[in-house]
Amino acid sequence: MDVSMLQRTYSDLLTSLFREGILNQQFTELQQLQDENNPGFVFEVVSLFFEDSGRLINELISNFNQQAVDYKKIDAYVHQLKGSSASIGAEKIRSVCQTFREYYDKNDIQGCYNCIQPLNQEFVTFKSKLEALFTLEQQIVAAGGSIPMMRH
Amino acid sequence: MEIATQTPFHVLAVDDSSLERKLIEKLLKTSSYQVTTVDSGSKALEFLGLKEDQKSNASTFPLYQKETKVNLIITDYCMPGMSGYDLLKKIKESSALRDIPVVILSSENVPSRVTRCLEEGAEAFFLKPLKFSDLARLEPHLSKSKDVPEMHNLFKSKMGLMSKRNKRKRGEQDENLHETVGVTGPRLKLTPSD
Repeated sequence: MDVSMLQRTYSDLLTSLFREGILNQQFTELQQLQDENNPGFVFEVVSLFFEDSGRLINELISNFNQQAVDYKKIDAYVHQLKGSSASIGAEKIRSVCQTFREYYDKNDIQGCYNCIQPLNQEFVTFKSKLEALFTLEQQIVAAGGSIPMMRH
Repeated sequence: MEIATQTPFHVLAVDDSSLERKLIEKLLKTSSYQVTTVDSGSKALEFLGLKEDQKSNASTFPLYQKETKVNLIITDYCMPGMSGYDLLKKIKESSALRDIPVVILSSENVPSRVTRCLEEGAEAFFLKPLKFSDLARLEPHLSKSKDVPEMHNLFKSKMGLMSKRNKRKRGEQDENLHETVGVTGPRLKLTPSD
């Protein structure tokens, strides 16, 4: 495939992720930390996030499916998830976590429960979009091109 | 005239999350700091030569080498076991360590938490995630503990580079509502609303 087409697809995808609020400015901060000495930095950090968060969400879901739900434990998981999603710029995930914690603080169990499915959905969406982004990056580099810089 | 190689500014970063440690390490290394990361308060104390159960007596722990000497401690607030606040207290209670500036990082902006930390002697309290701009704001407060003229220029150039790339419009809302609170000097007096 033509390099410029790949680059165009990449830019469009990245722009849409910001526009849809899936990513925020913090992701750009991460990209700026990446350099020639550490070209895989963003990929590594996001991969760590996929691992950690995937695990957390599975724990969350299985805890919710139990007879006696331990909301305190669940809140602790969500707190962790909120922190790591904020650190990488995963805005929608962070936002759902925040909503969950607000319901938790008000002892609104139904509210808490209603956040779980959206949280999982946002994670799945985030993962697939970022994986697509990284795949494009690899293809661009393999075709001898450079990754377009994001302009805000 | 003696030509001395300036030992790099050494930061000890404490956070139980491996993701956070990776991020903070990169941020600091990109700013030319030397970084050591540990995953708990107790490991931090161990690294600093202070055992938890020991009384803070200067003569009972080893003087650490110039190469390993820590110039700044950045710690997460919320950690299992020993919290960042507990770690801060232990450091400030130690005659050997109390002069090392300590910065607290937290994912939550709780005024009473900020006050507590600043009153206990924290140099600053930043909201996560930590940014280059936080380090730049912090830097003038660190120069009293070590002469860091090169750092200042480095931050200036980094900030210049950042603003060229970002080109953020004035008044544009920071999407993750990042705010820096409580950088001391003069001491910030916060009145909690609750």
